[in-house]
Amino acid sequence: MKKYLGKGVYGAIAIGKISVFKKCDAAVTRIHVEDTEKEKQRVTAAKELAAKQLAEIHEKALREVGETHAQIFEIHLMMLDDEDYNESIENIIDTQSVNAEYAVALTSDNFAEMFSSMDDAYMQARAADVRDISNRIIANLTGANADNTATDEKSVICADDLAPSETVSLDKDKVLAFVTAHGSSNSHTAILARNMNIPAIIGVGDSFLSGIHEGDTAIVDGFTGEIIVSPDEQTLKTYTEKQRRDEEQKKLLQELKGKENVTLDGTKINVFANISGIDNIGAVLLNDAGGIGLFRSEFLYLENTDFPTEEQQFYAYKRVLESMAGKKVIIRTLDIGADKQVDYFGLKKEDNPALGLRAIRICLTRPEIFRTQLRALFRASVYGNLGIMFPMITSVSEVERIRAICEDVKAELKSEGIEYSDKTEIGIMIETPAAAIISDRLAPMVDFFSVGTNDLTQYTLACDRQNPEAEEFVDTHHEAILRLIEMSAQNAHKNGAWIGICGELAADTTLTETFLRMGIDELSVSPTFVLKVRDEVRKTDLSK
Amino acid sequence: MVTKTVTVVNEQGLHMRPAGQLAAEMKKFPGCTITIASGDKTAKATAVMQIMAAGLKKGAIVEITADGDNEQAALDKAVELFESGFGE
Repeated sequence: MKKYLGKGVYGAIAIGKISVFKKCDAAVTRIHVEDTEKEKQRVTAAKELAAKQLAEIHEKALREVGETHAQIFEIHLMMLDDEDYNESIENIIDTQSVNAEYAVALTSDNFAEMFSSMDDAYMQARAADVRDISNRIIANLTGANADNTATDEKSVICADDLAPSETVSLDKDKVLAFVTAHGSSNSHTAILARNMNIPAIIGVGDSFLSGIHEGDTAIVDGFTGEIIVSPDEQTLKTYTEKQRRDEEQKKLLQELKGKENVTLDGTKINVFANISGIDNIGAVLLNDAGGIGLFRSEFLYLENTDFPTEEQQFYAYKRVLESMAGKKVIIRTLDIGADKQVDYFGLKKEDNPALGLRAIRICLTRPEIFRTQLRALFRASVYGNLGIMFPMITSVSEVERIRAICEDVKAELKSEGIEYSDKTEIGIMIETPAAAIISDRLAPMVDFFSVGTNDLTQYTLACDRQNPEAEEFVDTHHEAILRLIEMSAQNAHKNGAWIGICGELAADTTLTETFLRMGIDELSVSPTFVLKVRDEVRKTDLSK
Repeated sequence: MVTKTVTVVNEQGLHMRPAGQLAAEMKKFPGCTITIASGDKTAKATAVMQIMAAGLKKGAIVEITADGDNEQAALDKAVELFESGFGE
């Protein structure tokens, strides 16, 4: 078993036999010629043939990758016709009395060099386009045409590099994945691979091709950029399972993307995503979540060696709000302590941290930390549809204190002439039995509730969720928990607030119907579960 | 001879597609020499490689010059392409 690492350009997994892609890179030799006119005619003929081939490739690309990406081959056609390029070829033939192949190769090198030396990564990658069309002309001149459809079996194509036209020319039915030793993610090859929905890894490095053999079994993980050659049985099993899950997810995506979260009898709910950092926004959008139901702001604190500044936080919140373009984004204020420790907070070691100074309790005892976060949040609120959520609430007085601090922060911003959005919703987490039991008193004070089922379970059942010894006593479907959630839902609705669930239970599709019957308005789950929950919602009939 | 100054509005600058589009459109004015200039770089508006090699980025100020048959129409078309961000 050998492992290689490159850059994945399309996330999917392929498992299959390796087929090494051979280029017809016939070495071009410089030959002195007398009849330069004849060489120029040969170039013209080779170009005409190239134009015909490119038109065919363009047709194929139109069918397989769509108009936008197929356009590259129209541009290749234009490059073929480019005045400077052609003048250069003719000049070299005329002034040096050399063969057509050499003139094209030299011109190719010069133009490719010109692009490579530009200060822009995108333009540097254009050198590959010049080489692609030039190699095609040379192949036509020498009559050597690459035929790389030798294998009948679907295989993992491994190459030093693939030109855009080579990528599209490959028979899609015979390609499981592409792996190239070179190439950049800006290259059209990478772009085309993404649009052909084929797992692809580029830039694996020089050692790659010498280490593999035709027919070896390889696992290509386009998510991580890993290639595993001749995997052992256990690895093969793991990846077969990963592949199956990925395919299932993609199938759901195809069927359910863009569809509403609506039950058979017409009840609509929101299915949002939980995330722990800005890096996850891509997954939220990809999985078609209607918003972010829980943005854990801890990452800002955990990644830092000192308290994150107001500016640092502001930019992070602004970015997530802008990325979600008007969709709801609920950011939970700092939730550290218990199982999440940060050194620079200088928190004392506690015998029972789950019941100690954590989350909102830290914020209320150290208001300067809290105010910095709230200022950043309210400042960012004008860039989207923000909700702010407070964790670990147990009493009315806590919410009163929080609201007073919020008002104070807003007044402060106003006096400084800084804008904030009045539409910012304020909510609390229902994750202690106390909060659920007094939810009738808390609901009038907030816009929404969000049930944190993980903590609610551990506090209700008095079971430490980190303790494996107690695991058999943790029943996440315990009636006590469901009753607390139902009670909170009723109290929320009586007081004009909405209620969501953002704990792990939200993704438990055996409970989706139960939650819908309770009147839960929103389920917030990991991005990869969004469509699974949507699927369940769409199969549920509440009229029965 | 007519000239006009425009600004590149495309996020990624005058990359391959816009360059190709410009060259294709400008070739429809055979009796007219059209050039684009920005800073110390100039390019024939019909030569796709030259346009790309000029490496015009977003915000670059470009002077378009058209000289010959139908020069005003050629200039107008070029200006329209730049201002519309080449339809992107």
